[in-house]
Amino acid sequence: MNESNTAEIGKPQSFMNRNLCGFPISAVLLFLTAPVCHAARIGDLTDTSVTEQALRFFTFSDASLRMALIGCILLGLNCGLLGGFIVVRRLSLVGDTLSHAVLPGIALGFLWNMTKDPVAILIGATLVGGLSMLTVNAITRTTRLKEDAAMGLVLSSFYAVGVCLIGMIQKLPTGNKSGIDKFLFGQAAALNGGDIALLSVTATVTLLFVIVGYRGLLTLSFHRAFGESLGIPVNLLHHAMMLLTAFAVVTAMQAVGVVLVSAMLIIPPATACLLTDRMHRVLLLSALIGMSTAALGAFFSFLGNNLPTGPFMVLAGAGIFTVAFLFSPRQGWLTRLWRQRSQSERIGRENTLKAMYHIAERREFREEGISLLELAELRREPIEIERVNAEKLVHQRFATLSDDGSMLHFTPAGWRKACAVVRNHRLWELYLTNVMQYGADHVHDDAEKIEHVLGEDTVRQLERRLDFPQIDPHGKAIPGAREVHGMADRAQAGSTGYNR
Amino acid sequence: MTSLLPLFDFERMIVAPWTTALDTYGWMTLMAFLVTATCGLIGNYLILRRMALVGDAISHSVLPGLAAAYLVSGSLTLPAMIIGAVGAGLLTTFLIEFLHTRSRIKADAAIGITFCSLFALGVVMINLFASKVHLDAECVLYGELSYLARGSNELMPQQVLVMACVAALVALLVIFFYKELLLTSFDALLAGSQGFRPGMVHLVLMGVLSVVIVAAFESVGAILVIAMLILPGATAQLLSTRLKVCLWLSVLHAALSAIGGLHLSLILGCSMAACVVVTGTLLFGVAWLFSILRHLPPFRLPESHAMH
Repeated sequence: MNESNTAEIGKPQSFMNRNLCGFPISAVLLFLTAPVCHAARIGDLTDTSVTEQALRFFTFSDASLRMALIGCILLGLNCGLLGGFIVVRRLSLVGDTLSHAVLPGIALGFLWNMTKDPVAILIGATLVGGLSMLTVNAITRTTRLKEDAAMGLVLSSFYAVGVCLIGMIQKLPTGNKSGIDKFLFGQAAALNGGDIALLSVTATVTLLFVIVGYRGLLTLSFHRAFGESLGIPVNLLHHAMMLLTAFAVVTAMQAVGVVLVSAMLIIPPATACLLTDRMHRVLLLSALIGMSTAALGAFFSFLGNNLPTGPFMVLAGAGIFTVAFLFSPRQGWLTRLWRQRSQSERIGRENTLKAMYHIAERREFREEGISLLELAELRREPIEIERVNAEKLVHQRFATLSDDGSMLHFTPAGWRKACAVVRNHRLWELYLTNVMQYGADHVHDDAEKIEHVLGEDTVRQLERRLDFPQIDPHGKAIPGAREVHGMADRAQAGSTGYNR
Repeated sequence: MTSLLPLFDFERMIVAPWTTALDTYGWMTLMAFLVTATCGLIGNYLILRRMALVGDAISHSVLPGLAAAYLVSGSLTLPAMIIGAVGAGLLTTFLIEFLHTRSRIKADAAIGITFCSLFALGVVMINLFASKVHLDAECVLYGELSYLARGSNELMPQQVLVMACVAALVALLVIFFYKELLLTSFDALLAGSQGFRPGMVHLVLMGVLSVVIVAAFESVGAILVIAMLILPGATAQLLSTRLKVCLWLSVLHAALSAIGGLHLSLILGCSMAACVVVTGTLLFGVAWLFSILRHLPPFRLPESHAMH
């Protein structure tokens, strides 16, 4: 078996030596080269065979391909739905344990009547899977070993027993052994009618289970004790869920392989969790992502002329996950970085405007223009930094710089913004002293932070609560709503300090 | 069912490995012992640090590192393998950390996502570009402890030599940095306040772990190596609470499972690596039983109190 395998996958080797030395490791490039590699194997055909394969894929003319695709979509649905609860309950590695530990069960199911009978394999694998979970529980309860050690121990030792059994089976002279090796990395094309029937049954049961038991599963996932107090049979639901997970793992194994099937339980739901918050949407999205991941994997492995399906599925899933991880509208790493950056820039601008307001206020709004030097003195910073800050304000049209670059003038928008920030600050200080009974010397730092995030509604509420105050705890005037909204008397009187 | 087992032959299965066929079986047993003992030493610390599943993750994700090393250097020489493996191991720890600190993904899901994706990448790379190397799919999953041929002018087979060097390296590290490893494993905060650097120790441990895994990879495969990492330490920690005793016990466990595995593989007629693990599991079972019995009143030993 070993030799036949190497010979079979050894063919693209010559191609690799010619073109791909020093090849950068990138999933995308791998996908691109997969069809090329296949083309090289056929020899004279180059581009046509890829398009032909793609055409064959999309016209669904091939019966075995249709079967494989249906199987993949069913397993994607199945794993996506159950995986949603598994990831939320932090049981991700249970899937991993289960998928490795069922190997002896598969071998036993195979031994039952020496063929690849899906039902016998399902039964054997489910029994062994249950046994492995019980062993993990027993180890953590009766010894000092922690759950992670117990899971690693069970998964690898059960797997070793499975390897022994499969080794023995392969030495047998009789029996139809074809197909048992496909359990390792998966081959969607090896799915037959019986597998598809089994997959659809488990997918239907899972779907019904999730729809009917949705509320129970929700309480089980987020607040088990609360569920118990309501009289929901959470323990029963937990065991049913584990059983269905074992079914899902075993039925998916044919197409994805022992090693990687747990990825189908983790990657689609984790992606869904990055994209949305509500559990029902997570489940829906995760089922969709699971289905498309599985179909993509089948597609790529089909393009590469029946390369193992499992790794391609996982890579497709990893690709989708990476995009979600980086660019998800609310959770994405890059989107959050970008949002943080724009927010800190806004805060910086508002602080400069506030400093300008303070200077203008010190001279009772009599002079126009604020020199950068004054600003630098007030904020105790080098004048170069103030120049940069000033340019940022000019860029956002909150202020204009005089021609020699030494004086800043508010624009109307900048003036309103400055008034709004100062108003937020002083109202909050007043609120803390008058309502919350803080000392007047303790309120500044707090207000310094809150001034940037108070919304207009909150400000109005504060004003009403404080009975439309004029003076803050430090005796300074609070700019009123009229100024903030551009109807200031001072503006009409022409003594505002902003440049027309 | 009876045809599953080869006929039992006491002479061939029990006696011959130690007499006439010592030259082949002796090296295989020594190799199995070295792999299990080295993994077991590191594994003790993994279990203490609750990082057993990080070991699982690294053992899978070493694969793309090896494949990349092969693609870049064009051959699987030892330095390339070690660089690839350490790179992949550190990348794995970094990715796991990155995923679960920079998003709402929990640690367990982050581990699962990282190692499954990297392993898949490795399998695809091997299937597409590198199938002529030893790294074929079978080897990755099962490992192969046989074919340890000794060249005519060599003292020992090359793989055994390499593994012996790694074992010596790990043993020296454990001896020389015993205090650092002990303190950072049990109380990282205290270790930090005493001027040790837990982060550094963690990184070095991960690097050494990758080297050990890659050295063991060819012999036992990606998944059985997890058993080698966890079983000796777990067995030892059931029997003792002293780290030093645990380390010695795990070496003993390694020796027993290597010898037992050799005979079991001859009796069952299947892969020796898997049989070593099965023997190790049986030993764990015995230790487990013992640890349960010890806490039952009629069997309670006087020193069991002193151990807590």
